[in-house]
Amino acid sequence: MAAKTKNNQDGETRRDFLQLTAGAFGAVGAGAVAWPFINSLNPAKDTLALSTTEVDLTPVEIGQSITVMWRGKPVFIRHRTQEEIEEAREVDTADLRDKQTDEDRVEKPEWLVLVGICTHLGCVPVGQKNTEPRGDFGGWFCPCHGSHYDTSGRIRKGPAPKNLAVPPYEFTSDTSIKIG
Amino acid sequence: MASGPREKFDNPVVEWIDSRLPVFTLMNKEYGVFPTPKNFNYFWNFGAIAMFMLVTMIVSGIVLAMHYTANVGMAFDSVERIMRDVNGGWLIRYIHMNGASFFFIAVFIHMFRGMYYGSYKQPRELLWILGVVIFLLMMATAFMGYVLPWGQMSYWGATVITNLFSAIPLVGEKIVTLLWGGFSVDNPTLNRFFALHYLMPFVIFAVVFLHVWALHVTGSNNPAGIEPKTKKDTLPFHPYYTMKDTFGLLVFIIVYALFVFYAPDYLGHPDNYTPANPLVTPAHIVPEWYFLPFYAMLRAITFDIGIPFTDITIISAKLGGVLTMFGSIALLILLPWLDTHPIRSARYRPLFRTFLLLFVVVFVFLGYVGSQPADATLGPLPLSVFGLLGTAYYYGFFLVILPWLSKNEKGRDLPASIHESVLG
Amino acid sequence: MKTTILSLMVLSLMAFSVPVMASGDVEHPPHQHWHFNGMTGQFDKAAMQRGLKVYREVCSACHSMKRVAYRNLVDLGYTEDQVKNIAAEYTVTDGPNDEGEMFDRPARPSDHFVSPYPNENAAKAVNNGALPPDLSLIVKARHDGPNYVFGILTGYEEPPHGHELLPGQNWNKYMPGHVIAMAPPLSDGVVAYDDGSPQTVEQYAHDVVNFLVWAADPYLEARKRLGISVLIFLLVFTGIMYSVKKKIWSDVH
Repeated sequence: MAAKTKNNQDGETRRDFLQLTAGAFGAVGAGAVAWPFINSLNPAKDTLALSTTEVDLTPVEIGQSITVMWRGKPVFIRHRTQEEIEEAREVDTADLRDKQTDEDRVEKPEWLVLVGICTHLGCVPVGQKNTEPRGDFGGWFCPCHGSHYDTSGRIRKGPAPKNLAVPPYEFTSDTSIKIG
Repeated sequence: MASGPREKFDNPVVEWIDSRLPVFTLMNKEYGVFPTPKNFNYFWNFGAIAMFMLVTMIVSGIVLAMHYTANVGMAFDSVERIMRDVNGGWLIRYIHMNGASFFFIAVFIHMFRGMYYGSYKQPRELLWILGVVIFLLMMATAFMGYVLPWGQMSYWGATVITNLFSAIPLVGEKIVTLLWGGFSVDNPTLNRFFALHYLMPFVIFAVVFLHVWALHVTGSNNPAGIEPKTKKDTLPFHPYYTMKDTFGLLVFIIVYALFVFYAPDYLGHPDNYTPANPLVTPAHIVPEWYFLPFYAMLRAITFDIGIPFTDITIISAKLGGVLTMFGSIALLILLPWLDTHPIRSARYRPLFRTFLLLFVVVFVFLGYVGSQPADATLGPLPLSVFGLLGTAYYYGFFLVILPWLSKNEKGRDLPASIHESVLG
Repeated sequence: MKTTILSLMVLSLMAFSVPVMASGDVEHPPHQHWHFNGMTGQFDKAAMQRGLKVYREVCSACHSMKRVAYRNLVDLGYTEDQVKNIAAEYTVTDGPNDEGEMFDRPARPSDHFVSPYPNENAAKAVNNGALPPDLSLIVKARHDGPNYVFGILTGYEEPPHGHELLPGQNWNKYMPGHVIAMAPPLSDGVVAYDDGSPQTVEQYAHDVVNFLVWAADPYLEARKRLGISVLIFLLVFTGIMYSVKKKIWSDVH
């Protein structure tokens, strides 16, 4: 580069600015082109269409559980017994890893609705059938890495960081719910 | 690439091509007369062996892809069709299945050799880093390939591993949904894994090319860890090492063939012969054996890390495990700057050698820990305690022992030259 | 150095050969002598034919084998006509025909084994919610498959004192957790053999395992045979390469 005069410096500043602008336009353009490609990997419309499920609860007797599918995930619905409800309500939330009261986790105390996926690494806990192990707290037990959930689906022991998730749902009548 | 003065070839066809595109000159320079230290032991075969395995995997994989169907309803059946109805399909699949394991065996030994003889040290840092990149790409490729047969272990392995990304704060869940293309591992996931599994070996091939290029800039390290000084220290690559590599490769292939023909399912998991079922989790999810040490480190962190005496959690157990696992590979990248001792070869560093061999023992032991159920015990103690201890040694080796040894280990006297080290 | 590496290899082999079991207290099924084991192992066609009979008369009431086709039965030593006759004993639903109706027809050799239930839910509904697994790959889908299947078939016992079983549950000493939904399928004499083999539970279990090993791994024999040729070729080639390498390097040392 030759020695710089004042004029030259002005020219150089302008050139820097132009180059910077051009670079910025290039970057924005590249990003704008990349986004549709990345976004195409997000859930497609047909997948999203399956995002709500309606369930009739009449056949589920007290003490029984059913599993329904919602967004490709199992949802546990347990018709809890009085003892199970009491057991869940007696717990002092200060002792819990993920502090939630049972009241916060149900719409109606006798119906517990949970996403049946362990919050550790996504396995399906067992305990839906009376014959399956339910862990030390009478709820569910994850066979993958040994997480124990209580009768409110809260994590009590083992590696999982959070309680079993409660999916968004509402009672459409006394005996049916809509998940999602 | 190869430019400048060129020697003429006698064969007129070769000469015609070479004068227009000097590929023969290049090959001769890089693989013919290339000066190579004359004191290599058989550990130096494993680069060539790994290369052979990569080609084997690509060739067998392309043929398998011609028969495979990447759809959750058909994937398992199409693999069984390969095993039963496609001509010789069982052989090609067993070559591919066991080939993954033997590719990793070759690469693990290759990496161990690099560590033992200090091949990562100045001026070969970038060469080593490119190798770690290849290793990472291999892990991704192998993981996605294991999903394709759509057996129980495929499905649940994919679920567990993709869920690791949900540990990322704030955007974790979004990233996992993006990876899956849905709300669980499903057809979109299988499709994209197949596309990537087909693509990535070629990316690996490209990085291998850079790896070899970088190797030919610095030249090979050798068991003495000292640079060649005179012509007496080196031999032309061909025929000395072409023949030695071929011999070593054949021995390796014999072991490989023993598995393909006599224990084809030994390194796999029986659960993968049951079709994937999103509603039934296998009793015990384990990754393929080559991931087990890393899996053990993932599971070693079972506690939240927070500010003492408060309820504030900075790093949850899950994020801690994920960071520990990925960190273990990040440490490999940093290795050239963690071990700055001037002597390369462990031959002349007895302390380093002891700690490194212990490191290998710990690594294998972590593999054992990773293979066991989460609630397993060893003697009176839960196995996870040993997992944590092993992880601590892994990290301690890189972050404490190596920097300390770099400053304090005296080391033995180095031989004057490679030639002398062979004689003496 | 060499010994260290060697001991590392031994250690790693030990580490990975430890069987992965879900729960500790299950007895491992004892090892049986199998004709198909070993480097020169071969199928026992007579046992496989008897095993097919046991499968058809007992197991197939609940268990499908949908990955095996009738045409594959020539491997057991049957002629094409015999295979045709076996297939014709089963009925498959085909169609739609020109009127758009589904219709039943006898199975052909190209058809796969007909399943006892139309789908998994039907199978569960009939079996108290337990799904009888498809047997095509059962030997590969279980750890130490042949001994495991033999163990299950012969491992039924009265539950030990203090274990109450619910209706529809049975006690099996080789089942992980011991409780199994499948009732003891075999008893002495349930399948009539016409080749004079003993008609005992052990013999039935032995024969059906031979059949199932073939079903899961039909190329076992071909694989082992090809393996021998490949290994001989490799060993000779390796020997030659060793001499070549030694000759070339002789002037260096």
